[in-house]
Amino acid sequence: MRTLFSENILSPSPTPAPQPNPFELLFPSSLSNASSADSTQSSPRQNEWLTQHLQNQQRAESETSNQANHAANGQRAPYARRKGNPKLLFMGLRRSGKSSIQKVVFQKLSPADTLFLEHTTRIETATMQSFITFESAELPHHLSATAPDFDHHAVFSNTGAAIWVLDVQDEYLTSITEMIHTAVFLAENYPRVNFEVFIHKTDGLSEEYKYETFREVRQRVQDELSDLGHGDRSVSYFQTSIFDHSIFEAMSKVVQKLLPQLPAMEALLNKLCSTCRIQKAYLFDSVSKIYVATDASPTFLKDYEVCSDYVDVIVDIKQIYGWHSQEGDGKAVSESSNQDDGDIGESMVTYDRSGDTYIYAREINDYLSLICVMGKGSSTDKRVLIDYNVGILHDALLQVFKV
Amino acid sequence: MERNKRQRQRKVLLMGRSGAGKSSMRSIIFSNYVAKDVRRLGATVDVEHSNIKFMGNLMLNLWDCGGQDSFVESYLTNQRSHVFGSVAVMIFVFDISSKEVESDMHSFAMTIRALHEHSMNSKIFVLVHKMDLVPPEQKATVFQQRAVDVRSTCVDEGFAEQQVEFWATSIWDQSLYKAWTQVVYFLVPNATAIEGMLRRLADLLDARELILYERTTCLVVTHITRESEGQNPYTDRFERISSILKTHKHSMAKHTGTMTSEVSFAEMQIKTGDFMFFIVSFTENTNLAVVMPGDEAAFNAARVNVQLARREFNHLDIVEPSGKEAQRQQ
Repeated sequence: MRTLFSENILSPSPTPAPQPNPFELLFPSSLSNASSADSTQSSPRQNEWLTQHLQNQQRAESETSNQANHAANGQRAPYARRKGNPKLLFMGLRRSGKSSIQKVVFQKLSPADTLFLEHTTRIETATMQSFITFESAELPHHLSATAPDFDHHAVFSNTGAAIWVLDVQDEYLTSITEMIHTAVFLAENYPRVNFEVFIHKTDGLSEEYKYETFREVRQRVQDELSDLGHGDRSVSYFQTSIFDHSIFEAMSKVVQKLLPQLPAMEALLNKLCSTCRIQKAYLFDSVSKIYVATDASPTFLKDYEVCSDYVDVIVDIKQIYGWHSQEGDGKAVSESSNQDDGDIGESMVTYDRSGDTYIYAREINDYLSLICVMGKGSSTDKRVLIDYNVGILHDALLQVFKV
Repeated sequence: MERNKRQRQRKVLLMGRSGAGKSSMRSIIFSNYVAKDVRRLGATVDVEHSNIKFMGNLMLNLWDCGGQDSFVESYLTNQRSHVFGSVAVMIFVFDISSKEVESDMHSFAMTIRALHEHSMNSKIFVLVHKMDLVPPEQKATVFQQRAVDVRSTCVDEGFAEQQVEFWATSIWDQSLYKAWTQVVYFLVPNATAIEGMLRRLADLLDARELILYERTTCLVVTHITRESEGQNPYTDRFERISSILKTHKHSMAKHTGTMTSEVSFAEMQIKTGDFMFFIVSFTENTNLAVVMPGDEAAFNAARVNVQLARREFNHLDIVEPSGKEAQRQQ
C-alpha cells in the first residue's frame, strides 16, 4: 500500500455532525455567511486567518447543530453520536457489481481483473485505513434484508450509508422493486442511514441513453417512494462505472456525507481558493484516491480525473526515488517526524512559459493530500503567497483533526 | 562532410509475421496510442512509411512492412533492393505465442538473407513480443531458447554476433520502452558527446541522477547515474518513467482538450524530504529530468544551473541546420 507520507496522525474521534442536505454536497447559508464575514475582516491580514477561522468553525458547528435540519424529515431523531467507524453497506441484485466496486475502490484492484471475481456467498467486510477507518460490507443478494430471519440489528445499526447498486445494462426493473422494499424497510426502522443509489455499469451506454436511463430510474424511484408515503426521504443517485473515474467521484460524495469534519474542511478550502485564485481544490485520500473535501466551485469529472492521475504520477515517482527511506529502518522515520516542516512533500507542474502553475499538490499527513488545479495568475512571484497560505491550511487541518 | 549539412536520414525496417505486433508498437511509441487503443488497428497493407524527427539532427525513416505472406513475397522478390537497400537498423518482431515456430524462423532467415545482400552492416534488433502471454515462470527459458535459435540463424546468414540484439517485450508493461530506447540510443548520432557533457553537469549540480529523454515519444536517450544512486532497487526505472510520463501526457491532453502530441510541460517539480525531482524542457526535442538529494538550496541552485546549461546543449540538437552551425560539432 503506497502512502505519500511518513508519520501517522491521530485519528479523530467522531463528533456530532450537522445534518447534511439531501442532494447537495455543499453547505447551507450559515457557513457562507461565516466565511464572507471572515473575508471582509481578514483580507488585509492574512496571518490572522487561522485564529478567525477556528472561531468561525466553532461558531458554524454550534449553529448547525442547533438548527432544524433542512431535509424537513421530522421523523429523524436529533443527531446522536455514531458509535465506532462509519460503515458502508452495499446491496443489490446478483452480479450487479458490488464486490467489484469494493475491490476497485478500496483494494486497488485493476478494473479489468474484476472479471475474475467469484460470486459472494456471505456478508463480506473490508476495512480501509485512512485518517478515519472505513468499513464496507457487502450483502449478497440471497440474503434479503426484509426476510424475517435476517439479523438486521447487527448489520444496519452501525451503518452510515446503504448503497444500492443497480445494473443498468441488465433488466433493472426487478432491481428497482427490490430496492424500494429495502428503502422502505430502512426508512421505517433505521432512518438515520443514508440511502444512495449507484446506477452502475454506465460505461457501455451512449451519452443520451445514459442520461435518459438516469432520469427514468430516478423518476420511478421517487414516484414509488412517494406513493408509499416516504416521498420526503432523501435519496441520492449517482451514475457510476468502474472503468472510469465516476465510481471514485460517487464514493467520494457518499463518504463525505459521513464525515463530521466536512464543513470545517470545506470552509478552509473555500478560503484558500478565493485568496490564491485556485480553480479547484481537492483533499485527496492518498490510499484510495477518494476525495474527502472540495471547495464550493462547480465540480466537473475531468478536474477530478486530472488530479487523480497526477496523484498516481507523484506516488510512482516517489516510489522509484524514495528508496532510501524505504530501506532505512524506523530510525530515519522517527527523526523526520520530529521536525515539523522539513519533510513535507510538495509538487507542481507548469505548462506555460509564463510560469503559471497548472497543478499544485501538497501533503497534509499520511493519508491526506491537497491537490489544486490552479487558475490564471498563479505565476512564480505569487508562489510565495501560495506556499504561505497552504502552510496555514496545513496547520489548520491538523488542528481540525485533533479535535 | 556533406552528410553533416543535411538532416541525417536513417532507414529503419520493421518486419515480422502478420499479427506479430509491429504496428501496435509503432503507434504506442510514436503516435501516442494507449495500449488498449491498439485493438483498433487493422492489418498493414504493404509498407507504411513514417518520418519521425528525432533529436540530434536525426530523421528516422521508419518502414512498417505488412507481414502477410503475399507482401513478404513481394519484398523478397520484386522490391528486394528497394526495401533492403541502405538500411541502418532492422527490427524483427517475433510473436512468442505463435504456433508456427518453424515457419517463423524460415521467414526470418529469408528476410535477413536479403538484408545481408543489400546492407550487410546494419544492426538487427530482435524483439520477442507478446511476452505477457507467457506464464511468468517460463518467461526466461522461453526467451533464451528463442534467442539461441535466432542467433544461430543470423550467424549462418553471415552476420556477426555483435550485430544482433535481443529484447523481450510486451505492450502491457514497460519492456516495450526499454527495447525501443536501445534502438534510439543506437541511432542518435552524438550520444557519447551528449553523455560526456551531461556527466560534467551532473557533477556540478551534485545530482543523484540525470535523465535526458525525447519529448514526444518519452523515450530515454541517455542517463547519468552517480554512485549513490547505484543501489536503487528499481533497475528498470527509466522505462517506468517513460510510461509514467506518457500516461501523464495523456491525462493532461484529456483535461485541456488538446492533442496528446502537442502537450508538453514547461516544468514539473516533486519535492519530498528524501529527494527532489524536477523535469524541465532542455533542447528543442528533449526534456531533462534531474533527481537531487533532499536539500532545498541545492535544488534551487540546480534549477538555475540547468537553465544556464541549456545554451551549451543546443548545438547538439539542431533541427534546421544551417551549413555553418552543423560544422561546429566537436
